[in-house]
Amino acid sequence: MIPVIEREVVQKRKWLKQEEISDLVSVAGTAPGGVGVNSAVFIGYRKAGVAGACMAVLGITLPTFAIVYLLSVFYLYFENNHKIAAALKGIHGAIIALILLAAYKMAKTSLLDISTTVMAIAALGVLLFTSIHPIFIIAGGILFGILIVKVKELMRMKVRTVKETTQSTEQQLLFPEYYI
Amino acid sequence: MLSNLFFVFLKIGFISFGGGYAVIPMIEREMNHRGWIDAQEFQQIVSLAGMSPGPIATNSATLIGFDLAGFPGAIVATIGMVLPSLILVILIVAFCMRYHRSKQVKASFYGLRPIVTGLILYAALHFGFLSHSETVLTWTTLMTMLICIGCLYAILKYKLHPIVVIIASGFAGIILF
Repeated sequence: MIPVIEREVVQKRKWLKQEEISDLVSVAGTAPGGVGVNSAVFIGYRKAGVAGACMAVLGITLPTFAIVYLLSVFYLYFENNHKIAAALKGIHGAIIALILLAAYKMAKTSLLDISTTVMAIAALGVLLFTSIHPIFIIAGGILFGILIVKVKELMRMKVRTVKETTQSTEQQLLFPEYYI
Repeated sequence: MLSNLFFVFLKIGFISFGGGYAVIPMIEREMNHRGWIDAQEFQQIVSLAGMSPGPIATNSATLIGFDLAGFPGAIVATIGMVLPSLILVILIVAFCMRYHRSKQVKASFYGLRPIVTGLILYAALHFGFLSHSETVLTWTTLMTMLICIGCLYAILKYKLHPIVVIIASGFAGIILF
């Protein structure tokens, strides 16, 4: 998603400078919601304020909305068709694969050391075996993050809180980003 | 109904970290809790949402909104899901660009990101194999696993575009099920 936006917004239209792209990536990637929508808000707001942000969101949301809407109308007609139901079951497997890929991508940027790996496994365990609402797990993660960084600093250990960007490896899994 | 839809997805929108994959279980929970959509229907919705371009959580919102309240429902649910991104990103860009790079924020995300990883993994497991049947190993789960592994292999090894893989697995589904 980001490379496509970069080409359009930096190289073709010159709306943003190359240096601003790192701000864009960090804000769009960390704020809740899809990376595409977040980037649209960032660029729209920088160029034309709140109205620009609204228009940019409308622009990036409308095509997918239209596709999804047509798909659901189509599905309504064929809901009881055996072939369509079977195809959807097959696609189910593909979607799981895409979700796993997203998890793998996230893991690559987030599991930086033992503490973060333990946190990810603990989160999965809590989700699988208890019925605690995910919002508390998210809040817990933020608290633990601040705490761990503080403790490590007190112990004078070096903590990497962000992964250094390695452009070449980022490019490899570009396709699945189409869905984010 | 419409305002309920809006607020449910607004709430989910505010915590949809990690491109939306992480909130799939949360959406299911809300739907189940309210008796709006059952597990099997939800699975179909996520499959449809996943095969469309755009974030899976927003697409699910559109589909669920349509399912529950027609075209107005689809619009209201989608706006609810997107609005938090709009508000939060504007706030960050307008006021906290400097703080965004602060140590405290970095430390928060250092802790948040692994949790999101766990959430996405859970979404895959839950959506894939845990939610729909009492017996673990059925023909359907086995074949789903096979298709899933095949897709991962095709995307990672041969760098196929996801849409190609999705169409292929649709045909595989017709043959297998």
